[in-house]
Amino acid sequence: MTTEIAVDVDSINKPYWDGLKQGQLFYQACQCGHHWLPPSRHCPACLNEDVTWQQASGEATVVSWVVYHVAYNPEVKDRLPYNVAIVRLREGPQLITNIEGDTQRLAVGETVRLKVDLGLEQPLARFSI
Amino acid sequence: MMRGKYVIAGIGNTAFGKLGLDTVTLNVMACKAALEDAGVDKADVDALLLKTPTSAKEILYGQKVAQAMGMQPRWGGAWDQGGAANLTLINIAMMAIETGQCEIALVSYADNPRSGNRQVYGRPRGNDAAYGWFSTAAGYGMIHRAHVAQYQTDPRAFGEFAIAVRKHGAQNPNAQLQKAISMDDYLASAWVVDPLRRDDCCLVSDGAAAVVVMSAEKARQLQVREPVPILGIGGAQESYDVHLRPCLTTTQAARSAKLAFEMAGVKPADISVAQIYDCFTITGLMTLEDYGFCDKGGVYEFVRDGQIQHGGRLPVNTSGGLLSETGTPGLPLVLEAVRQVRGSANLQVPDVRYSLVSNQGGTMHTHATMILGA
Repeated sequence: MTTEIAVDVDSINKPYWDGLKQGQLFYQACQCGHHWLPPSRHCPACLNEDVTWQQASGEATVVSWVVYHVAYNPEVKDRLPYNVAIVRLREGPQLITNIEGDTQRLAVGETVRLKVDLGLEQPLARFSI
Repeated sequence: MMRGKYVIAGIGNTAFGKLGLDTVTLNVMACKAALEDAGVDKADVDALLLKTPTSAKEILYGQKVAQAMGMQPRWGGAWDQGGAANLTLINIAMMAIETGQCEIALVSYADNPRSGNRQVYGRPRGNDAAYGWFSTAAGYGMIHRAHVAQYQTDPRAFGEFAIAVRKHGAQNPNAQLQKAISMDDYLASAWVVDPLRRDDCCLVSDGAAAVVVMSAEKARQLQVREPVPILGIGGAQESYDVHLRPCLTTTQAARSAKLAFEMAGVKPADISVAQIYDCFTITGLMTLEDYGFCDKGGVYEFVRDGQIQHGGRLPVNTSGGLLSETGTPGLPLVLEAVRQVRGSANLQVPDVRYSLVSNQGGTMHTHATMILGA
């Protein structure tokens, strides 16, 4: 088992990381209609501070992905080779993740499902194909 | 009319490779060489504009270099905009001269990640490091993959770019890597971050380069030997991180180039020789597309069969670019663009009328374009 790389939890992103501990992925939404991640104090579209949290359906599509064959950090050496992907949630926000399952089927545009890795001290929003 | 109003009056550079020198010293070496080339006394320089060293950022860096140069320029500082900063600083020098803030500007960049610390290129990307999201290369890998998926881009397009640049670098005695490769070599090159192979990735280098910028009128007064007119210049920015972009396969390089082409009054087909920022092969290919040298998705047809090699339709990176001459970003490309106009390049292209150079930075976050001419 690879050592976990700690995340910086602050007053702005705490609901995001707390949500994952419950197996739920939250993104931010504004009255202007914009949905986004990563969490921020202001809506990046209209700079409104009246930001709400919404739970993602968990459905997403693959925007792109890479497979690391070198470890840029000792913490990830045991995982080589490992993938990192960009996915777009059905609701719009995009995020960095890892894809699990039948990764031979990985392709741009492929549908993936949220599979929160609850086995970690800080669960991560991984996706399954 | 800005076209031709300003010139590159002098160029200078250090050796490239593993030099074991600090960045301030490297900047002084390049600046001294550029001043000698221009025939300008350092006392007459009233602006010193630096790009921050990528691998080791420092506070008040521009002032440190001025001190080491024994200069008290009225204007100066260090600009943080990734690789595009080099051309942006030339642009800023022109603006500063235009508004009467200064008359002669030195623009310089140095870094020493090869003998110093190259951690910056493998750095964790915020909280996404928890997913293993590290490095500069991986972001370009995302763009490379997206381009292949959208346009079914032939892997040999990337190979053709690397082969051309490495071939040119192999003939440059000052190049850090003087080793040509074949398509078979390229396709057999090991994965770094799939889809990026070793031969898709630029060098990590110590080195420095500098240019002197002044008005064409000033260059005439000072009887500068070989001033090269700046016909067009432009910049543009994406700013969003790769994973937040709505589209990965177009860049603001298109807007940057449009400004430069319009100012110069020329079209892509008029360009005689191009120095295209090639931190990764995808960067070079997408820049060729976004600048309008070919259609989006049509870059393999444009680069295949040696068409971007010396002697081809559009010779690219004639001194070896970032893949072969030096990973020191941006200004060495400007120096080669100047040499091509002067007729003093190692792999000289005949009858150069318009010599183009592109810069970009971050993960295609920032862009700048310049067209020089006779």
